[in-house]
Amino acid sequence: MYQTDNLVKELVELHGAGRTSLIPILQGIVEKYNYLSDDAMVEVAKELDLSAAEVYGTASFYSFLDIKPRGKYVIRVCKTITCSMKGKMEVIETLEDMLKIKVGETTSNGKFTLLETNCMGWCHKAPAMLINEIPYTELTTEKVVKIIKDYMHQ
Amino acid sequence: METRKITKVDLIFEHIDPREVLVKAYKLGSEGIIQEMLDSGVKGRGGAGFPTGMKWKFCAAEPEPEKYIVCNADEGEPGTFKDREILDRVSYKVFGGMAIAARAVGARRGYVYLRGEYKFLMPQLLMELDGFHKMIDEIGYDFRIEFKLGSGAYICGEESALFESIEGKRGEPRNKPPYPTKCGLFGKPTVVNNVETLVNAVIIIKYGSEKYRSMGTQFSTGAKVFSVSGDTPTPGIYELELGMTCLEFVKEFGDGDAKAVQVGGAAGFCVPRKAFAKTIIGFEGVPTGGSMKLFNSSRSMYNVLHNYLDFFAEESCGQCTPCRIGTQQLLRGVEAVKRGEMKSAYLNELVKLAETMKISSKCGLGQSVGNAFNSIVENFREEIIY
Repeated sequence: MYQTDNLVKELVELHGAGRTSLIPILQGIVEKYNYLSDDAMVEVAKELDLSAAEVYGTASFYSFLDIKPRGKYVIRVCKTITCSMKGKMEVIETLEDMLKIKVGETTSNGKFTLLETNCMGWCHKAPAMLINEIPYTELTTEKVVKIIKDYMHQ
Repeated sequence: METRKITKVDLIFEHIDPREVLVKAYKLGSEGIIQEMLDSGVKGRGGAGFPTGMKWKFCAAEPEPEKYIVCNADEGEPGTFKDREILDRVSYKVFGGMAIAARAVGARRGYVYLRGEYKFLMPQLLMELDGFHKMIDEIGYDFRIEFKLGSGAYICGEESALFESIEGKRGEPRNKPPYPTKCGLFGKPTVVNNVETLVNAVIIIKYGSEKYRSMGTQFSTGAKVFSVSGDTPTPGIYELELGMTCLEFVKEFGDGDAKAVQVGGAAGFCVPRKAFAKTIIGFEGVPTGGSMKLFNSSRSMYNVLHNYLDFFAEESCGQCTPCRIGTQQLLRGVEAVKRGEMKSAYLNELVKLAETMKISSKCGLGQSVGNAFNSIVENFREEIIY
């Protein structure tokens, strides 16, 4: 669990307190804390004068608005057909091996979460993955090892 | 029926002086722009293929003073990646198309709904938008564009789900009618167009509807950006005149061993080798939002189908029963047939279920699951069973 400090208030100030601001505010929280805690969602509900259920209902609809704790770096490997044909399994196996976690899990130091995602629009450069918002394409085992090592040292 | 060889063109990504086109559009005014769009015969490039000129005409006719232009950049159809490339390389043409649409229908606000997966483009796009706003101010446009970012939901590419998402809600499609041109974003008349459609508006105003219509076929005018992937030595983005056959496409892009082409993504149709020659890619044949996936004989079409069904089962918004339950039952159903737990005749029941989903689902997602399902099962039945 994290303390949102003034983040929610700052985001409300930036985007406004209307309903249309709900998703940008939730995106802002996820950008900083990687997921939406129950407390954060309750706080957003209060600030926007919505029920907590409305906020939870909206957040839980979107796969990028995580409501479970996530690592600092969320890795999303594309599992749709072209990536799947072009070596997505090798990418997953390499990541699982390096991070010592399975798909859906977070490393014990809270640094990495490994997920699968649906088509992210890089089929011509498959296989592909996102780390937070940065896309990595035409992945090979060697490439994945290098990318993750760089993140490990960050 | 008229067919053509593959003709590559360069209109979408060609660099032009946007000011010239926008000045021209400004002078043409609402009626002039809409007439050009109608005359061009251009149809929506997102996949559904509704005549763009008609859409603009309906919206322009609404008396409500508050209207919106929405650019659908929630490109999520498996195998489609053209909109990202367009936004990355010629965003000013996308903004330009929105301004032209705004001038045509009388809107002052526009939104670009960009999928969350493309967030990395935002800093660049915001900078380019800044420059664009300055330019249209000088010409005399009273129009402002704002970006909204998606959060990983395929369904938000459905226009009414997209409105819900901009409004800050769950991206659940609305009942239609009323259609967006009457009651769209915030309940106001709205034009919602795909990224590529908006760039086409710029091309039409620049070159005129006559020149535009000279490309493509009678029912599929103009050119289209294709996203080519799968078993091809040359994956990537190609702008081609409409009206080619699948065979011509495969000769150009295939690896010599193509057994099927999935036209239009997971929501599209599977064209088997035996139908390549007679299948026209365009609105008179198999339409596509641009996704063209090639599969060679080393691929199991069961895996392809299973992948698509898994995709739909995850991305169904869950609001209406035929789609929520149907997607899951189709997925479990083909798994059961594959494992031998169900007889192969069970596939016929599943085809019926897919047909039921087509007529009873609320939106395009549930309605189009049957496209891929039935065309794959029909043409590759033995691969699904054994």
